[in-house]
This record gives sequence, structure tokens and C-alpha cells, in this order.
Amino acid sequence: MELIQQLINGVSLGSIYALIALGYTMVYGIVKLINFAHGDVFMVGSFVGFYSITVLDLSFVPALLISMTVCALFGVLIERIAYKPLRNATRIAALITAIGVSLLIEYGFIYVRGAQPEAYPNDVLPTDKFDIFGVSINSQSVLIFGVAVVLMIILQIIVHKTKIGKAMRAVSFDADAAKLMGINVNNTISATFAIGSALAGAAGVIFGIYYIKIEPLMGVLPGLKAFVAAVLGGIGIIPGAMVGGLLLGVIEALVSAAGYSLWRDAVAFVVLILILIFMPQGLFGKNKKEKV
Amino acid sequence: MKKKKLAGAFLSLTLAAGVLAGCAGSGSSDKSSGDGDTIKIGVNLELSGGVASYGQSIAEGLELATEEINKEGIDGKKIKLIKVDNKSEASEATSGAIKLTSQDQVAAIVGAATSTNSIAQVQIAQDNKIPVISPSGTSPEITFSKDKLNDYIFRTSFIDPFQGTVAANFATNEIKAKSAAIYIDSASDYSKGLADAFKEQFEKNGGKIVAEEAYIAKDTDFRSTLTRLKSDKPDFIFLPGYYEEAGLIVKQARETGLDVPFMGGDGWDSPKLVEIAGAKALNDTYITNHYSSGDPDKKIQNFVSAFKAKYKDKSPDAFNALGYDTGYFLADAIKRAGSADSTKIKEALEKTKNLQLVTGTFTLDEKHNPIKSATILEFKEGKQVFNTKINP
Repeated sequence: MELIQQLINGVSLGSIYALIALGYTMVYGIVKLINFAHGDVFMVGSFVGFYSITVLDLSFVPALLISMTVCALFGVLIERIAYKPLRNATRIAALITAIGVSLLIEYGFIYVRGAQPEAYPNDVLPTDKFDIFGVSINSQSVLIFGVAVVLMIILQIIVHKTKIGKAMRAVSFDADAAKLMGINVNNTISATFAIGSALAGAAGVIFGIYYIKIEPLMGVLPGLKAFVAAVLGGIGIIPGAMVGGLLLGVIEALVSAAGYSLWRDAVAFVVLILILIFMPQGLFGKNKKEKV
Repeated sequence: MKKKKLAGAFLSLTLAAGVLAGCAGSGSSDKSSGDGDTIKIGVNLELSGGVASYGQSIAEGLELATEEINKEGIDGKKIKLIKVDNKSEASEATSGAIKLTSQDQVAAIVGAATSTNSIAQVQIAQDNKIPVISPSGTSPEITFSKDKLNDYIFRTSFIDPFQGTVAANFATNEIKAKSAAIYIDSASDYSKGLADAFKEQFEKNGGKIVAEEAYIAKDTDFRSTLTRLKSDKPDFIFLPGYYEEAGLIVKQARETGLDVPFMGGDGWDSPKLVEIAGAKALNDTYITNHYSSGDPDKKIQNFVSAFKAKYKDKSPDAFNALGYDTGYFLADAIKRAGSADSTKIKEALEKTKNLQLVTGTFTLDEKHNPIKSATILEFKEGKQVFNTKINP
């Protein structure tokens, strides 16, 4: 029974990682850039949700939508200002810029509103607890998992059934060829950033409701963990990010369950190292040979 | 990774500042404080950052005390507070202490609120011979470390072992707990100190510690560990952490179906705790604390009404009371010293005896720790209710 309870704990945590990991993986898939500022978009999303709920007095769904919209715009803004001028620069230049953007958002945010934490109100979603065979399930974790699944399904539909999804896949496959076929590569990249950032915004609101406490540096660790999750699933591959996120959440829960809670964060990064050594393409990736 | 680099850069800056400050200090020989009619007191507190609510509360209490003291003055002199914000970080607390001692040349420093940030100032204070009073640092290490008394360091609060011992006696005698679990913040000296004392006393009382778990400050997910704790079936859980994590842990524990009483120390005392945990989850939880505004004692009620008059009907918490007491503790010593000279103030502080303050009547022992009473508070629907008072 305890094991099932622990799996539920892990899946709730994992669905947040998965939502953030999707943004990493989509951006990497299309521009081959690890967007380290992604964890901070998650933080901004969480605060936008917080202010929507407390100041504008909105309920969960409108707050979620506002946060996703603001984050989508924010993501596009970051891309246009910081990454677009570097599209043809070396990859290391873009990577360093991403780290710079991340620090700028974190400390810019602290400069504007201070470093003190905020607490989400406790009554945004009902917190009923029901027991099934000795396993107590919190209605919030079910709802959170549900929202995450719905968002992932919507994402799959966008990527596979819409025109913009088709364009994204084409640009990801070969940007130059896609351009020759009349696809607007810049808009497609912006759309990718918008969708990825919107998902991070949603993850931020969910995180706030589930874990209550939010603060300006909250994005650092979940951001890195989500990056691990994306690599675990195979970076650039959307279903890989989902599975990688859930798996990482479960691994962390099991590590704590075994009594090694202080090792939890270390284990996440050990997973990253092991994956990079033994399966650099990730769980879902294809093994590509690179010509020298 | 990023954080570490920043910390590294910061450390080197702090070191550089230290070297520069050293140069500045050696230039002037006049170590004491202030011109003719003011006495400069440094205030090094957590005015922003993770535990900002402690620092801000202490500052409010201290300001009220200063205002009252300055009405008459100390031998015609007035106290002037010079505040620095240590942003709830130890490295900032150190550089704050350097600024106050070398640049502002204060007579004494009040701060910091947490043990870790207070310890960060010890070396600077000892080197410059400036007395430091930590209003709420409860770790024994602040005044007495490495078998040596830090003779310029004082405190207004009681120490960790005392809070842990009181909590253990309360668990055995009032809750009738036979078994207990301990869940500590492994990044905090404060948390470890309370836990050690609790364990020792609880086992002495015939109880059994069935589980010891740990987390690290800034963690947000405790459900897995709590699920594990639930299967150990303790009667009582001792959780000596700070309010951010304590609030989350109590909330998540109640969601996991862990319904036993929780108890913590004064680190829980913040309005944020109720916001984070929710009023319902906090039922059946207790804290040891320095004082209660619900205590019928006359001295306390006078303080409560003076505080409410100044701060728009806000009810003072323990940190407000400790800040207020620190003001009077220091003023009493300056008066007895008859001078604003740092060394004379230090000598007078050491001789403090039977001083009537809001958080108890206290006498300083040879380790610079006040001997005074502790109060136990219970949370009922999000309100702290006075439960009982335990004398040393």
C-alpha cells in the first residue's frame, strides 16, 4: 500500500517536471538550443497565476489561462530579443546567452519585487482526501495530473494535426528546406517558444497550488530537473519529455521512500550522468551516427 | 551550479570588502561611537529574503523600545539606530557587521534574527571588540563555541537545548506520547540543536524515537518522506524547522493522512506559517515560544497596548517582543556602564541580573545565556492560543 502511495506522490511531482520538460524539448528540437531561461518562465508563470488569483480574484481555470498567455508572450519576447540575433552564431554563444537571460530574469524579478516568498491561497481548488484500500489520495493531485494530461493531449493534437504543427515538424527536420518550401521559419520558431512557455506557465500555476510556496528562485531546481527529464526521454522528442518527467518524479519519490530523502536531488543528476554515458540518445531517441 | 558560482563571486567580494574595511579601521583610534548626545547602535537584521518576517518583526519591536527610551534618554543621550539588511544570508550578515563596525563605528550591534546569520558576525565582533546582541538566535554556538566563550556576544532569547527539552517534557507529560519521530532541516544548526536536546530528554522520560528524517531548506516536496513516517506510526512528531518548510510539511502531512500532533520551536512563529499550511491543517500543533500576547501578565499587556498603538492594532508576535526586550536589555547596560564605550557596555551586559522584561525576568549565566521561562502555544483554527508557561 505504501508503495502505491509513493507512486502517486511521484506521479504528481513528475507531471510538473513533464510540463516543464516539454518546453525544453520542443525548443531544442527546433533550434538546437538548451533554453536555460525556461525554468524562470515557469517562475514568472507561477507569480502571474498568484496575482491573478489574489489580486484579480479569479478562479483556477481563468488564472491558468492568463498565466499561459502571459508566459507565451514572454517566451516569444525572450526569443525575439535574446536568441533571434544569435540564430547563426555558434551554439555555445546561444547557450551562454540563455544562462545570462536566466540570471537576468531571476535577479531582475528580485530587484523589482524583492526576494520574499509568497503563499498561494489554500482554497483555490478543493482539497478533499479520499482513502482507497488504505491509500489516501488528495483530490488536488488527481486534478493536477488530469490538467497535465489534458495539456499534453492538446499539444499532441497541435503538433500532429494542425498546420503550424506540421510547420514545426518540418523546421525541426530541416530548417533550410522548410524555408524553400515557403514556411515562415521565424514565425514557426516563435510559435514553438510560445507553446513551450505556455506549458511552463501552466506548470507554474499547478506548482503554486500544489506546493503553496513560491519565490523568485523557485525555477532553478525544477528547471534543471526538467532538463534531466528531457534528456532522459531523449531531447527533442515530445513523448520522451512526458515519460522522462513522470519517470524522474517516481524515481525521486522512491529514493525518499527508501529513506534517502537527502540524496533525492543528487540521484536526479546521477540519472543524468548515467543516461549521458550509456544512452546519450535517451529512452526514445534514435541512435544517430555523426559523420566526422 | 549557477548558485555556487554566484556564491563564489560573492565570497571574494566579501573578502575584498574585509581587507578594505581593515584599512579603514586602522586609520582611526576612536572606537566608540557617536558624538556628544547620540549613541549609535547598529542593527543587522533579515529585512528581506527567506526569513524576512523575523527581521522585520524584531526591527518593529526595537524601534518601539528606542522611541520609549529616547523620551527620557540615557544620561541625556539618545539612541540612534543604523540599519543594514543582511538579506537572510550569512555572507551578507558578515559584510553588514564589517560595515557597522568599521564605517559607522557603532557602540553595539543588534542582530541577527537567525542563529546561522548571528554566528556569521561573531568573528568580526570579537576582533573589533563590539558587543553583539542576537535577539532571537537560539543556537548555543553563538555565545559559546569550540569550548570558548565569545565574550562580546550576547542574546535575548533562551537557547535551543532549552526549547528541545521543554518540547520533550510537554510531549511526555501533556500529550502522553510514548513514541516520537524527529524531522529536521539538515542545513540548519538551529534545527539540529533542538532535535538533539529533544531526543535526549524524550528518551530520558522513557519515550522511544521511532524515526529520524531530514530535509534541506527550500525543498518543496515532502510527501514521500511523510508517507514513510506514517508507516512508522509515531504518537508525536517533533519538527524543529523554520516556517516556510514547516508550513508545507504540516500541510502535506495532513493530506497524506498523518494526523498526529506536530511540535516545533520559535522558528514556526510567523503569520506566513498559517498562510502556507492553512488554518485547518495546523490544528493539533504546538510551538515553544518566548512569550504570548495572550499571557495575562501586566508587563506583557502594557507592551501589547503600546505596540498596538504604534502599529495600527497589530498584535505583537514573539519576535516583536524580543526586539523590544533587546532594546531595553542594551539600554539598561548602557545606563549602568555610564558611557557609550563598547568595552564598558560589554562588562555591564555581563552583569545583567533580575531584569524585568516582556519575555521574562532574566539573569545572564556564565555562557551569556539568559535564564528565563518558555511559553507553550497551541494553534487553534490558525490562532496561537496560550497553553502553558514552563519555568527553567
